[in-house]
Amino acid sequence: MDLQLISLQLFSGIALGAILIMLALGLSIIFGILGVVNFAHGSFFMVGAYAGVFFLGYTGNFWWALLLAPLVVGVLGLGVERLLIRPLYGRPVDDPILLTFGLSYVLVEGVRILFGTDGVPFDTPAALRGVTNIGIGYFPTYRLFVIGVVAVVLVALWLVLEKTKVGLIVRAGARDPQIMRVLGVDIQKLWLVVFGIGIGLAALGGVLAAPMRTVNPEMGNFVLSEAFVVTVIGGMGSLLGSVVAGLLVGIVVNMTSLVAPEMATIAMFAFMALVLLVRPHGLFGKPGFGT
Amino acid sequence: MEMAASKPMTKIATAPAAAPRRERLGRWRVPLSIAVLCVLPWLLPSKALAVNVLIYGLYAMGYNLLFGYTGLLSFGHAALFGTGAYVTGIAIGQFGTNWFLGMLAGVIAAGLMAAAMGALSTRTRGIYFAMVTLALAQLVYYVALQASSWTGGENGLRGFTVSKVGIGPLSVDFLNPIVKYYVVLAFVALAIWTLSRILNSPFGGVVEAIRENETRAKACGYDVVRTRLLAFVLSGLFCGLAGTLSALHLAIVPLDSLGYMMSGQAVMMTMLGGVGTFFGPFIGALAFLVMEDVLSLWTAHWQLFLGAIFVALVLYMPKGIWGTGLVWFERWRGR
Repeated sequence: MDLQLISLQLFSGIALGAILIMLALGLSIIFGILGVVNFAHGSFFMVGAYAGVFFLGYTGNFWWALLLAPLVVGVLGLGVERLLIRPLYGRPVDDPILLTFGLSYVLVEGVRILFGTDGVPFDTPAALRGVTNIGIGYFPTYRLFVIGVVAVVLVALWLVLEKTKVGLIVRAGARDPQIMRVLGVDIQKLWLVVFGIGIGLAALGGVLAAPMRTVNPEMGNFVLSEAFVVTVIGGMGSLLGSVVAGLLVGIVVNMTSLVAPEMATIAMFAFMALVLLVRPHGLFGKPGFGT
Repeated sequence: MEMAASKPMTKIATAPAAAPRRERLGRWRVPLSIAVLCVLPWLLPSKALAVNVLIYGLYAMGYNLLFGYTGLLSFGHAALFGTGAYVTGIAIGQFGTNWFLGMLAGVIAAGLMAAAMGALSTRTRGIYFAMVTLALAQLVYYVALQASSWTGGENGLRGFTVSKVGIGPLSVDFLNPIVKYYVVLAFVALAIWTLSRILNSPFGGVVEAIRENETRAKACGYDVVRTRLLAFVLSGLFCGLAGTLSALHLAIVPLDSLGYMMSGQAVMMTMLGGVGTFFGPFIGALAFLVMEDVLSLWTAHWQLFLGAIFVALVLYMPKGIWGTGLVWFERWRGR
């Protein structure tokens, strides 16, 4: 009985971790290839959730919302890279951080103007309501669905990066942009696309998370620090690190809330502090990376 | 420590001849800033705004020691400001200390908090630093939220109004706005003088040397991690003092004083005024607060404009108001 409760809580942790993976992955890809730490990442997650709300209301169909929201927000990301981030290449590494920090104010306030300051509800789609028996007990169907979607996205991303020519260019571009330029690859276009994909992943996380938490303009602020905790634990720029650390953080938070609910959030940060003491560059990061 | 001077030497060969003029201004920077702050309440529309300029100017100044002079971009300074404010409020309200002991406790607590945060965050390098400081500050925020029997949780800390401030028989009415301003100014002036001394000391030279070239500073034998940690703690003491003064001023500590936006304000004010300049943080705090005053009267969505102005600042005027002014001034003098 007790073991069943623990295993269900563990599974619940994986569902939370899945959302964090979406965020950390985008953050990590953008950093690994562009060298930019996106402080507006949480805000794009929030914008994604609101885009989901909008498209759900417009089309009345959850699946369209799930598809359109990441695409539209991803395109917004393309615009941001082209107009705001691109002029900063070659400037000190802190400049993109400062710029995206200012951008997050604009995004949060923009959403407040369009959708109001109060939270809006986001109903779980009818087909995914209720619970499903997963052998060890009954588990909310929607959370299973979230884990499934994230798993599919991860596999697709892995296939693209490892098995396609585009993936080869991305990996080579991350290692040495100079040589890529010499070889005639349009590195600017590559960076543009990568930034858009990273933002799209954050927005997808936002739509997926919307039925599980309240959708409000401030939801991005907290999620940003959660995503940072995951990337710091996993190691900046490491995709495998993002996945492992996302799951670990999700499980740590949910296990703590089983024992002491009020300590759940604090445990997450304490876990990060512990990792920093033992491995300052994260579990999968290379020492000296990110300076 | 004498080696601290060796870094500027390599630069002097190419430095413009304007350097002596800058130095002349530098020698007078402490009396000059105190003189301006002395007349400030009569230049601004309200006395409350003037006190805020002092407190936030000090906060940004302490932040600038780390960001501008040491080159470390922290997004967690609210934890230091807030610790100073909360500990002062708790000491006065729950332990019944007098105002001065309360302040002392607040500043020391902020220093200890900075030591703990710095010990963890200075282990990391580069962009990690911004992320780790943000996460650690969020940790402090959630601890304060949970420990509501001490901190008042979401409602903030209340019940420690200080109405009289004094030493022995000599005391003044702290509720009078203008008296309050000059009491706060006394502490801020002391902080300005101390910071100027720190920047002029060999330690100040080492700090800037590490910012400019970490590898070379290391090769010269300086302990980079320890110097950064010390700079973090010093920065924390200044920001803690600002928090302490804010607690006395408002007689309430809102939970937001530990929040993400509070950390962001230090960054914005410093950037707005001019990163790594002596007067910049105060000018930035003044500009920020006046802008907030004007914009929030005009629209409820003033943060939209604040964010847009900040984005434009990073893109087109990264040196800030004072920093850009200095560049123009030197160009105007014909060099």
